[in-house]
Amino acid sequence: MDEEKEFRTMSGVPVGSVYGSDPLPGEFPYTRGIHAGMYRDRLWTMRMFAGFGTAEDTNARFKELLRAGGTGLSTAFDMPTLMGRDSDNEWSIGEVGRAGVAVDTLDDMIDLFADINLGQVSTSMTINGPAAILLAMYVAVAEQGGVERAELNGTLQNDILKEYQAQKEYIFPPRPSVRLVSDVVAFTTNEMPRWNPISISGYHIREAGSTAAQELAFTLANGFAYVEAAQAAGLKVDDFAPRLSFFFNSHSDFFEEIGKFRAARRIWASWLRDRYGAEDERSQKLRFHTQTAGVSLTAQQPEINIARVAIQALAGVIGGTQSLHTDSYDEALALPTEDAARIALRTQQIVAHETGVINVADPLGGSDYVEWMTDEMERQAEDIFKHLDELGNGSILEGVYAGIENGWFVGEIADAAYRFEREVNSGDRLIVGVNSFTEGGGENVDLLSIDPGTEEIQLKRLAEIKQSRDSDLVQQALNRLSSEAADPEINLMPAIIEAVKVRATEGEIVNALESVFGTYVEKAFV
Amino acid sequence: MASEDSTINSLVERASEGDRRSVARLLTLVERGGVSAEIIAEATHPLAGKSHVIGITGAPGAGKSTLTASLARDLAESDHTPAVLAVDPSSPLTGGAILGDRVRMEEATEAGAFIRSMATRGHAGGLALAVPGMVRVFDAFGFNPVIIETVGVGQVEVDVASAADTVVVVVTSGWGDAVQANKAGLLEIADLFVVNKADRPGANDARRDLELMIDLSQVTGQAVRRPEIVMTTATEGKGLNELKEAVSEHHQFLIQEDQMSLRRSKRWKAEVRSRLEYLLSEFSKESIDNLEENQESSPSSVANDLAKNLLKKDELG
Amino acid sequence: MTKNEPIRIVLAKLGLDGHDRGLKVVARMLRDAGMEVVYLGLRQTAEMIVTAVEQEDADVVGISMHNAGHLTLAPLIVNALRDAGLDVPVVVGGIVPESDLEAMAKAGVAGVLGPGASAEDVAACVREAVATRGK
Repeated sequence: MDEEKEFRTMSGVPVGSVYGSDPLPGEFPYTRGIHAGMYRDRLWTMRMFAGFGTAEDTNARFKELLRAGGTGLSTAFDMPTLMGRDSDNEWSIGEVGRAGVAVDTLDDMIDLFADINLGQVSTSMTINGPAAILLAMYVAVAEQGGVERAELNGTLQNDILKEYQAQKEYIFPPRPSVRLVSDVVAFTTNEMPRWNPISISGYHIREAGSTAAQELAFTLANGFAYVEAAQAAGLKVDDFAPRLSFFFNSHSDFFEEIGKFRAARRIWASWLRDRYGAEDERSQKLRFHTQTAGVSLTAQQPEINIARVAIQALAGVIGGTQSLHTDSYDEALALPTEDAARIALRTQQIVAHETGVINVADPLGGSDYVEWMTDEMERQAEDIFKHLDELGNGSILEGVYAGIENGWFVGEIADAAYRFEREVNSGDRLIVGVNSFTEGGGENVDLLSIDPGTEEIQLKRLAEIKQSRDSDLVQQALNRLSSEAADPEINLMPAIIEAVKVRATEGEIVNALESVFGTYVEKAFV
Repeated sequence: MASEDSTINSLVERASEGDRRSVARLLTLVERGGVSAEIIAEATHPLAGKSHVIGITGAPGAGKSTLTASLARDLAESDHTPAVLAVDPSSPLTGGAILGDRVRMEEATEAGAFIRSMATRGHAGGLALAVPGMVRVFDAFGFNPVIIETVGVGQVEVDVASAADTVVVVVTSGWGDAVQANKAGLLEIADLFVVNKADRPGANDARRDLELMIDLSQVTGQAVRRPEIVMTTATEGKGLNELKEAVSEHHQFLIQEDQMSLRRSKRWKAEVRSRLEYLLSEFSKESIDNLEENQESSPSSVANDLAKNLLKKDELG
Repeated sequence: MTKNEPIRIVLAKLGLDGHDRGLKVVARMLRDAGMEVVYLGLRQTAEMIVTAVEQEDADVVGISMHNAGHLTLAPLIVNALRDAGLDVPVVVGGIVPESDLEAMAKAGVAGVLGPGASAEDVAACVREAVATRGK
């Protein structure tokens, strides 16, 4: 942006780019932001998540977004794809293409990105257990279209640890799963320098009912765990840490959320430098995506969710987010309609262009309350790190494994969720439209319905591919994969890429790995 | 009473034919206690005595349930018909309970094991009465072995698990667990120790501590057979075969060394005692409820009169 | 059943979805209402639920589901229990539009709990379902 450009308030008062004392935004430990100019230099990315039906349906939506000037695609996969099951698996009935796009084979991925130049877009893929397989497919699609893997730009969620703690979309046990994550990190570090291999996500931890401080601490602990795993795999921290990014929830308690985001940056910078020896400042800078709190949306009087989303979006922006997804007001009832998604996007645009909050970096920095809240969030998080460090005898990675195994994470989250629920129940905590101010708003909201024909189309397509492919090649590729899976020294990405190219299905690749890694079953109720 | 009798008779009959739903119903009736439980005890006693009863206990978080689940699955997959009675504490405040053991037992269930979850239901005496009766139901209808799994925290839970032919005590790495186990009285009852999470640092220390404690108890001559120590990592299935073998070896030992009848008579006496104590406590409750208050007599003289009265009784209740 | 015996409920979630916050909160609510909750957890099939009800001699089944599968999944469980000869009411938790309530009742579902149901609502719904058992 033009250096000379003046930033003025709505009434014409010129304002400076930052106020208050050191360390300023852009300075270690980045409590106040990772860039000096923050949104004056570059607005956050308004990244809206989309995916439904067949690959062709979603492809049409992608092209619309690109025509409208977007450069970032964000892909939602359906539940069977997220769980590594093919559309023809018995568990998939009724779920194919419902909550996202269905991907069984490379051909679906080819359709999903048909006529899109993958060298020029950035693609975010929200997938975890089978993340390595979807990345392999993405690489294969690009190379088939003449784009080299080194040119590819995008983000893979690939954060398996929080699945055991919160979202429960796991396939294999934790240790082999983390090995897969490390394989992806090593592969992208060596061959795809513009790719973000993990988006370390607190979002789902919070949605599962954690407190803000737990979200902060569990997420950063998972981040430390991945750093330790990659270091153990022989990578140098400054080679991969600059490509790690985060994904947080923005809930309704405005100042607590802002304190959380500020504390996150400070903690990450200090730990990366002091504990993991990162010297590159890009390793120390915590970049994050934010989504407003889906769990805060109410089915009662759904229109008022628009106000909740606006406040939460504002907290994310004042907290210094790099990108933002705003939820649609009807999401407590169904997948968002196009209209509801438009309102959600407009909400971000109002924050960006009408409120003036982008004029000044970290506008609340220096407020006694906000600084105290930041310290408090950090203190609570440090207590949790201490617990995990002890649990793991000096290793956060081992501590996280132990906390997963003995149900510590799920227990902490479930207790917090129940505490919240009891407060709502007793009326100690008011939720507008739920336990107070319940009059009005009874009219029906239009809801999105998914074409039930999708499943049939997808099943037919899968059957055809299974018919026409060379099954000997598929078997060979799967055999190679399971034998390499048994050797932890081998990076599995090349074998997975080979398997997707000969049209092994996602489910077959998962089964091949499962035969070596085993299947994870949650061990306890807590 | 007659209809109750005939209902129970038909349940027993169907259970003998292998109807699991009738077994489940009988378990419920025994758990509730009272007259039905007594009728069932009468009916099942002659049929029981064939099953190997295994108690598994240990500190919370030691991995008992995972071990129990794996053991039950292995047994079910190798031509046994195991039953598991998984006991979890009730909330002392509300009487409710969350019984979460089936989450782990999915594979065991699929392989044919019968899993029954049970809450302690507050009254300590109740558990001591109900568990032997429920084990007897399983035993009578062909479930073998019968595994009782409890958290070794309260005395009753420990007693319940120790009323088994083979008692397995699970500890984890680190001195702390062994000390806790000692305090809870778990060490005296063990026929077999499992050091779970053997992949963790400190597991070998735990083993050494246990060896030491066993040495000490050997000196005092309490143990008939030196308890074996098995190292496991339940979450990865390591050491499970060794555990299965150790359990079966202990079973063989009991049979060959004529220890089984000794154990069982001890168990039989323990159950008689629980029942007797229960009857006496019911009687004293009733007597005290009916007591005409007369503070001129001393409490001890009133108690003596009541006890004498009880001992002269021909019938109970 | 007699008055002082706690209600035994089998609680499970159907489908692939892994969000178990609601299920866990409901488990705690029912425990605190004095019930014994046999918790099965995520990704349960009709078969697993039938086996659990049978072995646990449960009084009632509570199932939770996401992703609008209630019109297919709920009747599946009701029928599986019925086919197994188990007279056990089924209570459903999830987002069920009002327009589907009648269809759910017709399918034999004893009660439906939507988002925002209080602990009292949840316990009352389960108690009512148990009370009408076999009627």
